Amino acid sequence: MKLARPSAPFLLLLPAVVVLAAVVVVPLLLSLWSSFTPFRMTKPDTIWTFVGLRNYANLVADWNFWIAFGRTVVLLTIALNLEMVLGLGLALLVEKATRGQRILRTIMMFPMMFSPILVGFQFKFMFNDNIGLVNNALQALGLTDQAIPWLVDGTLALIAILTAEIWASTAVFAIFILAGLMAMPREPVEAAKVDGCTPWQTFRYVVWPFVMPFAFIAMTIRSLDIARAYDIVKIMTDGGPAKRTEILWTLVARTGYADGRMGLANAMAYFAIFLSIIFTVYFFRKLAAARSAVGAEW
Amino acid sequence: MDENAAHRLKRGLLKTGHLVGLFLAMAIICLPGLWIVLSSLRPTVEIMAKPPIWIPQQISFDAYVAMFSGIGQGGVPVIEYFRNSIIIAVTSTVIALAVGMAGGYAFARYRFRGKSGIFLGFMLTRTVPGIALSLPLFFVYARLGIIDTHFGMILAYVALNVPFTVWLIDGFFRQVPKDLAEAAQIDGCTRWQAFWQVEFPLARPGIASAGIFAFLTSWNEFALASQLTRSTASKTLPVGLLDYTAEFTIDWRGMCALAVIMIVPALTLTFIVQKHLVSGLTSGAVKG
Repeated sequence: MKLARPSAPFLLLLPAVVVLAAVVVVPLLLSLWSSFTPFRMTKPDTIWTFVGLRNYANLVADWNFWIAFGRTVVLLTIALNLEMVLGLGLALLVEKATRGQRILRTIMMFPMMFSPILVGFQFKFMFNDNIGLVNNALQALGLTDQAIPWLVDGTLALIAILTAEIWASTAVFAIFILAGLMAMPREPVEAAKVDGCTPWQTFRYVVWPFVMPFAFIAMTIRSLDIARAYDIVKIMTDGGPAKRTEILWTLVARTGYADGRMGLANAMAYFAIFLSIIFTVYFFRKLAAARSAVGAEW
Repeated sequence: MDENAAHRLKRGLLKTGHLVGLFLAMAIICLPGLWIVLSSLRPTVEIMAKPPIWIPQQISFDAYVAMFSGIGQGGVPVIEYFRNSIIIAVTSTVIALAVGMAGGYAFARYRFRGKSGIFLGFMLTRTVPGIALSLPLFFVYARLGIIDTHFGMILAYVALNVPFTVWLIDGFFRQVPKDLAEAAQIDGCTRWQAFWQVEFPLARPGIASAGIFAFLTSWNEFALASQLTRSTASKTLPVGLLDYTAEFTIDWRGMCALAVIMIVPALTLTFIVQKHLVSGLTSGAVKG
């Protein structure tokens, strides 16, 4: 008599699947359900009232929501692009260094170890209009004699947030691009030089195609975690002043916890989840494409 | 000027430019951290001084002493937060590693149906923003009565870390040649023995770095912790940091000192594993 024994990979994957199902999938199904109800924390019974797509309809018609959504997308696009460029620059600088590479690499990773909440706090401190390092330095250099209201003015606050975000995450790109540069064989570069390529051409047509998959790994890892910008914004401005820096995630938190409108917040959260998934899937595919373009096995 | 001298001049200029650029970049990276450390050692009067005092006049460890002598500065129970952070981060890391090792081994060594689909599914659970996940988790935890407990936080962090540990450990097991384990099995080892005595020791540095990565994630996490913890029973350091912000004032010095406490363990650990971390992620993603 043969008893169907479960296969080894099934057993090995079981714990991971169970944990993820219990903590992520089931709660998400619950939140999907509650996004179809007018659920409020103060009135637990409202979770049984089915209202269909009303929350979603309200959201789609809500101008404030779309502003926050758009702001999130723009902020992320600017941040990711700048991080990529700066990370590339940093990696090239470090790669060129002849001495002390180890220590330089370590320093380069420094911001990665900072908790996002710490990054937020640190830049809140530095951009403080009264005692912040930035204003003090600007005044000491005689560039301005006023206290620039970094975190009080909407546009300036966004710049401050961007600075914090870029400071924190450029390292991710720099590290992976540097790993790519170091794994690269010397011969193609030398061959390009012999053939009379300018440094720019060498970089554009030889180095960059090789390094690109590494940059996309960094992108993918970053996009898994884009929502941690919430921590930074939460502590730096908390969506203020007057909602000028409100992003999707702070809006979710405010609607869900401060206003207690869980149903609506969950509907909003689903927009946030899909945004994250779109970012991740996009970069996963870019990664696959870049990989097959190079076609090599490292 | 002959060609040689011009070339030499150009080279010299390029070299100086490179050094200056490198120095500036490193300064920008280091400055915020150094400023925090410095501020934690200065009296509040100096931090608030107008015009600013650039060179510290007095250095004192008062902020740290106050923090660890019982109730802490401004009534922030730092010791409890620190204890909670350690317990939650260490336990969740150990569990996530065990689960991740099983999963990573399955991905690295077996072929089965829907492999890449399952892998992508794992990754997608990781993309769910903490704040979005916290809404239903808060509700479920409140129902189960595990809000504001170590158990609840550990459970959440295990789930948060499993996708990443699976990814990393998968990459490290792939770097261990399959032949080694097969040779051991031919020599009479069971599969289990072959794993523990051949493959595991070889992948150990990588697994250690996956562990440190998981530890750092739990140590630094805020979005979930800020909603799922309520009191000193389970509040972690990142949430505790907010205790220094009162309605209108912020105790900058105390906050800076707490920030230093948070960053030192993270710095030390990352320093130990930096090399393995990158190789694990690249081998997992590039060959996957």
